[in-house]
Amino acid sequence: MSQSLSVVTQAKLWYWQRISAMVLALCVIVHLVGIIMAVRGGLSGAEVLARTQGNWLFGAFYAVFVLASTVHVPIGLMRIAEEWLGWRSRSVVIAAWLFAALLAFAGLRAVYAVVMPGGAA
Amino acid sequence: MRKNDLRARNHAAYWAFLVHRLSGLALALFLPAHFWALGHAIQGEASLDGFLKLADNPLFKAGEWGLVILLSLHLVGGVRLLLIEFKPWSGLRKDWVALSLGAGLCTGLAFMLSLFS
Repeated sequence: MSQSLSVVTQAKLWYWQRISAMVLALCVIVHLVGIIMAVRGGLSGAEVLARTQGNWLFGAFYAVFVLASTVHVPIGLMRIAEEWLGWRSRSVVIAAWLFAALLAFAGLRAVYAVVMPGGAA
Repeated sequence: MRKNDLRARNHAAYWAFLVHRLSGLALALFLPAHFWALGHAIQGEASLDGFLKLADNPLFKAGEWGLVILLSLHLVGGVRLLLIEFKPWSGLRKDWVALSLGAGLCTGLAFMLSLFS
């Protein structure tokens, strides 16, 4: 892990990575089943939005999915950057935070886009 | 590379590590694009439809098929890691390495069946 992170922070990151993985494991199973059912007969905007618009349970589920990914993905990417690219300076932590912000923003925006009744526009 | 390194790499657990890492990397890089594509719905159904039409070609379908397989490989490989780390030690759980390959295969086939149905 990054030389700029304390041992305690590294241990916490390891822990967050695993806790988020447990949440994601459940989300991914539901998501994969959903994908396989949804692509039958092809995808259309109307068909997708008919299922998702105003469906708050769907929205809550995917909001959790996005937030768990926001925790899980940047930690994993930071590890890869450190081990494979030798990128261990403070900047790798900043990059991981920026990626987390991108995932949270774009992910929640996507959930909002498909759940808002009657279209978000 | 030392001889020892080569031996360590010619092992199911090393291949499981590599698959987990590469699938994770690919999924991580795909996510922003996935969210951006879904975000089209903010401009209404027509915009989302426009993207879906663009994505309705064999190249995209092959990409989606690959991603679905990578996701299931990463899922079962990840469950294996959680079992190794959180359950009582019982070796490297190579049965779960095999299981993740089986899950990847099954999910890939199920997705393909759905695509053509």
